[in-house]
Amino acid sequence: MATITAHGKPAEVSGSRPLPPARRQSRRRRQLRNNLTGYAFLVGAVVCFAVFSWYPMVRGIIMSFQRTRRGETTWVGWDNYERIVNDPSFWTAWKNTFYFTALALILGYAVPFFVAILLNEFRHAKGYLRILVYLPVMLPPASALFLFKYYAYDPSDAGLFNAILKFFHLPTSEWMQSTTMTMPAMVIASTWMNMGAAVLIYLAALQNIPGELYEAAEIDGAGIWRRIWNVTIPQTKLILSLMAMLQIVATMQLFIEPLILANGAGTQDSATSVAYLIYQHGFFQNDLNGAAALGVIMLGVLAGFSFVYVRLTARQD
Amino acid sequence: MTQPEFPKGRTMSAPLFRKVVAVAAAAGVAGLSLAACSTKSDDDGSSSAGGKVTITVDCQPVAAQKELLANWNADVDAFQKENPNIEIKSVSVGTQCNNPPDFTARLQGGTTTDIFYGYMTDLQQVLDSGQVMDITEYVNSSTVPTWDSVDTGAKATFTEGGKVYGIPTKNYSMGLVYNKNLFQQAGLDVKNPPKTWAEVRDAAKKISALGNGIAGYSEYSAGNTGGWHFTAEIYSLGGQMVTEDGKKADFNNPMGKQVLQTLKDMRFTDNSVGEKQLLQWPDLLTNAGAGNVGMFIGAPDATTAIVTQFQGKYQDWAMGPMPGQDGPAKATLGGGEGYFFKKGLSKEQVEAGLKWIAYQKLTPGKGQFDYVRAKPQDNPVGLPQPQLFTVGSPAYAQELEQRKANANVTVDDFAAFENNPVPVKVEPPNAQAIYAVLDAAMSAVLTDSKANIDQLLKTAEEKVNQVLATGGTGS
Repeated sequence: MATITAHGKPAEVSGSRPLPPARRQSRRRRQLRNNLTGYAFLVGAVVCFAVFSWYPMVRGIIMSFQRTRRGETTWVGWDNYERIVNDPSFWTAWKNTFYFTALALILGYAVPFFVAILLNEFRHAKGYLRILVYLPVMLPPASALFLFKYYAYDPSDAGLFNAILKFFHLPTSEWMQSTTMTMPAMVIASTWMNMGAAVLIYLAALQNIPGELYEAAEIDGAGIWRRIWNVTIPQTKLILSLMAMLQIVATMQLFIEPLILANGAGTQDSATSVAYLIYQHGFFQNDLNGAAALGVIMLGVLAGFSFVYVRLTARQD
Repeated sequence: MTQPEFPKGRTMSAPLFRKVVAVAAAAGVAGLSLAACSTKSDDDGSSSAGGKVTITVDCQPVAAQKELLANWNADVDAFQKENPNIEIKSVSVGTQCNNPPDFTARLQGGTTTDIFYGYMTDLQQVLDSGQVMDITEYVNSSTVPTWDSVDTGAKATFTEGGKVYGIPTKNYSMGLVYNKNLFQQAGLDVKNPPKTWAEVRDAAKKISALGNGIAGYSEYSAGNTGGWHFTAEIYSLGGQMVTEDGKKADFNNPMGKQVLQTLKDMRFTDNSVGEKQLLQWPDLLTNAGAGNVGMFIGAPDATTAIVTQFQGKYQDWAMGPMPGQDGPAKATLGGGEGYFFKKGLSKEQVEAGLKWIAYQKLTPGKGQFDYVRAKPQDNPVGLPQPQLFTVGSPAYAQELEQRKANANVTVDDFAAFENNPVPVKVEPPNAQAIYAVLDAAMSAVLTDSKANIDQLLKTAEEKVNQVLATGGTGS
């Protein structure tokens, strides 16, 4: 029977008597030696994370409570937060960012999943199709966005999308010059650019679903939508929920799309995102401390969202 | 899990050996990654060794700017020959020496060169970063021989509280840049550019009537450049962006309305400014270089950029003064550039830096004023600016004489600008934050036919007041 400690946890079960200190030490040393390779491999990653992720994060939090003027850094409490919340574009940036995230969730999340289902159904040329879908991911994002900016979203009839719309006698759009189309246009470009990776992940998940489940569903008379709803989605639930979280976190950091497609803020601030506002303050307005404060707010929002999301999905599971 | 027994008599077992190798390899990889992460160079270039003073200087032209680069390198060689105890290490930071995000990153990262390029409007940012040196005690007519001739206004932009933090090397003010070819094709008088905004509007209509996607007039409305031009245009009408005490916005008035109304009318009534909007600096100059822009507001060096960076031709371009409401403009926006000195330099390094700037930037007949060398090249000689020397000073007379003698652009093309000087006003405080706000109004009148100008100005005013009330950002 295991001994119960004062904390209610079982004591180390290594025999009926606790080990003498010398033996315990040599055992620890042996364990350490056995795991040495693992630790050594960890060092590189941990150091890189520490230097490039954790340190900047901590530094950003510290900076958000400081103000540097004339080379002198002083603690200013919540001043930077007050200033940034009072920035004329603060709420517009959050509204735009949430709008983009919501649109991206509808379009950017659903489309890759259905493309993956479609690709999974093909019996021939699967490899080629996968390459075709993945190709845009290999294009540098800036180049892809310039393609959209100059060829697809040209507001005149010469633009690719307008030419297509005109061909079908549909009304054309001013795309990035229209306050209402700015966000959908950015989501379309972003989805095209990024969906390749998501499609491959979904494909891998789809291929793990046992074929018998579909056969059984078919025998029970389930149609294609029923099979997707009752077999595909439940079987890929884990990956779907993980991808949803990753996508929301990524789309909330919307930056390069407004920067290139809308030259920053876009028509009447319709493209200003939180990340772009951070960039404006940090690199144009001599306000790195304000930028840090906004970065910390964003970190808080994303961390809060991730926490709640993980708790909710864990409970469901 | 039990470890296998190893043969006795060996100092290191094979698995243990493999483990050690793996550990060493992993440590090596970690070390390499860190080494790769690190950017420290083996020589920071700011030391003086063996009696030789070394200084690093940025804004060396990039490889694509062949002639400019050759000129720079020739200047360095000649200077070092004249001053064998000084070594100049040149650093290129791109075609636009002060791309704001890069500049800020270098400044905050402490990676600027010893003598670093900046705009006149960067002084506050540079001071706040704590990276700049007070060079007051070193700047005089013995270190910079033409110092007494340098324009007082230009010097003042690098001075605060009586302390000198930088040396001006170029200055500009805005006027109306126009394409002579398109003027001719549209039947406009090339020698007589529009002098009022109403005349600009008429000329733009005629030029855009040429078709082929040509914009009679082109305007910025993104990346803070819209607000920048709104400022220049309201100055031209006699307005200002903020009140004298700098505490309130001061553009929600008939002058601000006039600026936006004119642009809106040109876009939607006349259709003379092109369909593609949300332009910023490179977009507009790309179109101009391609011959698709009739007029825009800019400084004389805009023509240099059109030719050296955007494949345009000097002979196509001319300049008139900033247009006004009913006559000459009341004022125009001005600015310029110069060099700062990094904090911590030795006395010898500061003096070497001053000597270099004096040689390359402030001596008639040398460096940027070496018109004999520039004349056969693709570099313009004869533009009315920079006008760094005070009118009537010895350096002014010398520079003017050499400029006229070696002009390779038609000086007459810039006579309307040069002979009709307009008072120059500098940027407002918190300029970039205010410009960002005004971009929204500029983009609205250029993209939305239903844009409500009164509402746009009211919103912008509230936002700018908000910026000013929270103490601004210091830019």
